[in-house]
Amino acid sequence: MKKILRTSETHPLTWWLNEKKDVVWIQEYKKNGGYLAFEKALKTIKPVDIISIVKESGLKGRGGAGFPTGIKWSLMPQKSNFDVRYLLCNADEMEPGTYKDKFLMEKIPHQLIEGILISSLALNVSKSYIFLRCEYIQAEHILKKAIFEATKFGYIGNNVLKSGLNFEIVLHSGAGRYICGEETALISSLEGNRANPKYKPPFPAHVGAWGKPTCINNVETLSNIPSIILHGTKWYKNLSKSIDSGTKMMGFSGKVKNPGLWELPFGITAREILEDYAGGMNSGLNLKAWQPGGASTELLTFKHIDLPMNFSTIQHAGSRLGTALAMAIDDTVNIVSLVRNIEEFFSRESCGWCTPCRDGLPWIVSILKSLEMHQGHENDIDLLEELCCQLGPGRTFCAHAPGAVSPLKSAIKYFRSEFECGIRTTSIINI
Amino acid sequence: MLSKEEEIDILKSKNNYEDAQSSSIEALKIVQKNRGWVSKQAICEISKILKIPESNLEEVATFYSQIFRKPIGRNIIRYCDSVVCYMYGCEDIKSCLEDALNIAIGETTQDLRFTLLPICCLGNCDNAPTIMINDNIYSRLNVKRVVELLELYK
Repeated sequence: MKKILRTSETHPLTWWLNEKKDVVWIQEYKKNGGYLAFEKALKTIKPVDIISIVKESGLKGRGGAGFPTGIKWSLMPQKSNFDVRYLLCNADEMEPGTYKDKFLMEKIPHQLIEGILISSLALNVSKSYIFLRCEYIQAEHILKKAIFEATKFGYIGNNVLKSGLNFEIVLHSGAGRYICGEETALISSLEGNRANPKYKPPFPAHVGAWGKPTCINNVETLSNIPSIILHGTKWYKNLSKSIDSGTKMMGFSGKVKNPGLWELPFGITAREILEDYAGGMNSGLNLKAWQPGGASTELLTFKHIDLPMNFSTIQHAGSRLGTALAMAIDDTVNIVSLVRNIEEFFSRESCGWCTPCRDGLPWIVSILKSLEMHQGHENDIDLLEELCCQLGPGRTFCAHAPGAVSPLKSAIKYFRSEFECGIRTTSIINI
Repeated sequence: MLSKEEEIDILKSKNNYEDAQSSSIEALKIVQKNRGWVSKQAICEISKILKIPESNLEEVATFYSQIFRKPIGRNIIRYCDSVVCYMYGCEDIKSCLEDALNIAIGETTQDLRFTLLPICCLGNCDNAPTIMINDNIYSRLNVKRVVELLELYK
């Protein structure tokens, strides 16, 4: 397995960590150049130029969708009469198979805070919220302490570093619902309501939390900001091996020898991650399929293993990079059962707002259960395909149901015989 | 009847948001932290403190999975049933828990020792399968270890 030599030149997110991977508290963070990027941005760069730098860096959102961060920022009203606007840090990480934001918050909390502060400066925001899922108890303790430390050192509060600017960061902990990760649902939840998604437009950049302009960024996205400001856009772009700039927290879980996550350059192949970092499959097991970035991404097969990990290549192969925390599915796993588990999760977590999602997902689960028990009906696969279409993009209020049916659709495409197997047995019984 | 401290905490939580409705989730969590669950009576009192309709609190309280509307056990076991834990045998862990405690998912043991709930991915996939008992996470479990853990939480 490859040993990673982490340096500030090559690993902007994780070079702070020591061998033991202890939490980097403010003394250590500052000693190694922490908050210098914030001071530089505060004293020498105009907010509009910060946005230009981020735009030029090519940083794309790390929450899964990969929307360019600079463009998202420039959608916020630049000069307007709005005196209140918000930045929301989306830390509601619940995607099955994903644990990168937890890692960043628990190990390098000040990097996130510094990223929030620079972003607040760029977007003319004085109050930011970190929307953290309530089950991340350790992350909550660490972030609370880090916010306290940053306040004590004068980076948060009134008249920060005698600039006349005020910054406040509120740690808001949710109450448990996967859909809160969707940005408009996150706003609904922050406003103290059921986390039902809202129709777009208007986009949150114009009408967001409490009706005010609001920018929503993922933990990993914001954690990238300090190093971009400190080292520049050219350096950041050069970190990557592909068209997507920078590095990304990537990894493999499942039955591999060394499951985990690593900061790696975009463009590294899935095979390299699997073999060089995750140590390959466990003895006696072969890779049957894999999901590139969480439970809502389409399955890929062994023939896709040499694909470079970046947004466009994975999309071209028929899936999504998603969170880039991949999952290896070995040849002992029954695909119908695996997809049943995934669909049960999405069915349980549907907010119930729109009918296709609320009624369609339990229907899919019920069909998959009968196939799993070899009691499927003749037209079950056709019905599943029809449901995949009816729950697909544009048919539902938000992306929850389209995300839910993505693995199912790809599973039928690549492993149809396993679905057919669930029907054939029934036919034999009938005979 | 909510305590004075609970009332103060609820009112304090309002300061973090633009309106009272926004602190409803936090208010429910404050009560739950002290009492284990949120009763109808508690909803009624929070509504008076925050000056928002009871129905608003009810719809929030019934939506979120970590707000409990009936008494729960002293120990809450949340077993991760997400896809990586599934591949590592979380269904065996679930069956083991159900058998050992003699309850089904969502239920509480008669002696009020345990409540058993599923949970979204705990972000511990590199150490699957995993369960969370109260605030503690236990990794790379097997059935034998689960039985030992139950003994620790008497």
